[in-house]
Amino acid sequence: MAELRINWDKVAKAREASSAIADDVNDQLSRFTTVTVERSVARLFGIDGVDAFDVPLSNIVVDHLKDKNVLGEGVAYWLAQGVLSSGLSQQELAEGIAAGDVDLTRLEHADPYACSLWAREHAEKALDRIRDNKRFRNEKIEQFGERPSPLLYAIVATGNIYEDIVQAKAAARQGADVIAVIRTTGQSLLDYVPYGATTEGFGGTMATQENFRLMRAALDEVGDDLGRYVRLCNYCSGLCMPEIAVMGAFERLDVMLNDALYGILFRDINMQRTLIDQSFSRMVNGAAGIIINTGEDNYLTTADAWEAAHTVLASQFINEQFALRAGMAEEQMGLGHAFEMNPELENSFVYELAQAQMARQIFPKAPLKYMPPTKYMTGNIFRGHIQDALFNAVTVLTDQRFLLLGMMTEAIHTPHMSDRALAIENAQYIKRAMADFSSEIEYKEGGLMERRADQVLSEALELLENIRVDGLFHAIEMGLFAGIKRRPTGGKGLDGVIAKSERYDNPFVDLFLAEQKGEQK
Amino acid sequence: MKHRIPEHEGEDAMSTQHRVKPYGDTMNDGRVQVSFTLPVPDGDRAVEAAREIMLSMGLTDPVIAWHEALDEGFTFFVAYGSHEKGIDYSKIKVQTVDVHVMSMEETDAMIRERFGRKIKVIGASTGTDAHTVGIDAIMNMKGYAGHFGLERYDMVETLNLGSQVPNEEFIREAIAFDADVMLVSQTVTQKDVHIQNVTELVELLEAESVRERFLLILGGPRVTHELAKELGCDAGFGPGKYADDVASYFVTELDKRRQAEENLSLT
Repeated sequence: MAELRINWDKVAKAREASSAIADDVNDQLSRFTTVTVERSVARLFGIDGVDAFDVPLSNIVVDHLKDKNVLGEGVAYWLAQGVLSSGLSQQELAEGIAAGDVDLTRLEHADPYACSLWAREHAEKALDRIRDNKRFRNEKIEQFGERPSPLLYAIVATGNIYEDIVQAKAAARQGADVIAVIRTTGQSLLDYVPYGATTEGFGGTMATQENFRLMRAALDEVGDDLGRYVRLCNYCSGLCMPEIAVMGAFERLDVMLNDALYGILFRDINMQRTLIDQSFSRMVNGAAGIIINTGEDNYLTTADAWEAAHTVLASQFINEQFALRAGMAEEQMGLGHAFEMNPELENSFVYELAQAQMARQIFPKAPLKYMPPTKYMTGNIFRGHIQDALFNAVTVLTDQRFLLLGMMTEAIHTPHMSDRALAIENAQYIKRAMADFSSEIEYKEGGLMERRADQVLSEALELLENIRVDGLFHAIEMGLFAGIKRRPTGGKGLDGVIAKSERYDNPFVDLFLAEQKGEQK
Repeated sequence: MKHRIPEHEGEDAMSTQHRVKPYGDTMNDGRVQVSFTLPVPDGDRAVEAAREIMLSMGLTDPVIAWHEALDEGFTFFVAYGSHEKGIDYSKIKVQTVDVHVMSMEETDAMIRERFGRKIKVIGASTGTDAHTVGIDAIMNMKGYAGHFGLERYDMVETLNLGSQVPNEEFIREAIAFDADVMLVSQTVTQKDVHIQNVTELVELLEAESVRERFLLILGGPRVTHELAKELGCDAGFGPGKYADDVASYFVTELDKRRQAEENLSLT
């Protein structure tokens, strides 16, 4: 692959600043847990199902403890207490709480040490389930062979999981390697995860564990027919980041969107809440062998792609540091970026190529996610198809891992089946036609591309050094990302942030960190 | 209708009709291109089915230029046909926002001169709609496609509430901000959710007796001025409209209302 000359000294400094930024955030937030982190723990301990009013039992257990002001000890502690003193299972306890028969705080006290042992032992069981999924995925990939880059990533968004399955199978047969089921509008703001198979949604389909299971089974089936492993993607971001990560780990998703910054900026979720949620959700994703996708590409839908390119790079550096702190391997960090320059700009292709190549070299092991044009898609589908073709060319030339298929009908409707087929055909043609192009060329020393890359890198470094001084919260408050301003105490979900007590216990943190470390050896 | 396009054979010379047909490469050839998918397996029968679909659309002489299987039971077609009947152009009436579009400087100057204060504009993507692209294109400093957004106007004070704003909150904020203009953006239109949502907004405004207090402007990819009026808004702006179109409209309309009030108070 042709490479740019990059000033590695600046890269090292940018990493150093980002590392300090992430440490500062983690120091401030490590004293807290959240309602959804605790609900994730409940789910990991096997609590499943809903009550008569469709309220998930994980919510019922956590709300029960929150109402009694004892959630600071953590769900693990109270479930262990409950099981050891009552002899009931975790699920029976949850059902008992839902029925009003059980009050976890009024049961006889069990020995805290015994509780801790119980929690560790049962946490292992959850990990076993996750390991089985990981093993199954690895075996399938070994059996069929890993797919070459770029992986073609297609979206389904009908609102009805059964219709999604029809479209997903068709897309897989046409050549899609990854199927992402877009969530229904507004789900990211629900402080619970809906239950069961769903057939109604706007602009997407509910992320529920049952929907995950149905789609997984369908993709396994079509994958076996095709002789390749078809990856499944869904979205953690929102008020239930770690819970959806747990569902993904249990139902063998392969890729999950996971980005607190995205939630803060674009969904107005409270920054403290979602950064705590992100940390645990990345541990879950990491332990489950799931590749995360970050959402930097979205900045360019509101900010200008030429002027704000450095904010994407700066955010990638920060996201990398957060992921490292959650124990994640670089091979699982699908950092995001996008092809969003104004097509009227002269040399826009050259600059896009420079930026994509720069990202590729700065994050050499990361399976980067590259997003197609959306902002300047107009409804002129014929021009749109060409914009997508140029995007595909950059993707292939710079060896991006995930190529999110651009739809010529972007800005008109959720994709028709034929839109997706034409998008896949477009990407496959360019992948074939330009297969060895980038190994046949060299980029000009000190040329337009290298100068552009250096400019973006320098601006990113400057931004990161400023953020390092004032802190990430302040930077977001000043509107440094995507031109959107958010306050540390504003947004949705702050009331779900809970101070940990001295006795706080979450056995999965150590377990998942160790699991990831083991994999990376 | 006095003005007529060139005559062609077979048309009644006395007719006041003005037939218009699609143009391929010859006047009145009526050629159109269509693409669609049928949920049937690819093959001769599928092609015939596609031809019949074309005929039933009123397209004659259908040619299926391309067909291919998208999946086992789905076939994609690219087809051409002729729309022989055409339509009567003289009968076409559309409601558009009929206003002289001014530059940012002109708009600012007009506000200074006629109002002597800033015009307050509040905007939101309301309901469950998570997309801010539309409201941002109109309001953000940067604007869109070379047209500066309202934040750049010296004489416009803006408040952009972003996405997923409940209608109740939008109204509450509009009152608190003492807005002159409410901009509501609706990007997601699946299952006509935008229509329900805007209808609810108008009903709430009326229920609180504040509908007349604001100029209510709707925007979005599926919005037409006519639809916006039907839903009870003052104006609607669809694709290809920018901040200058919207600003020119609200300044002109607010000025008209201001003058009407002055005339009333004079009499």
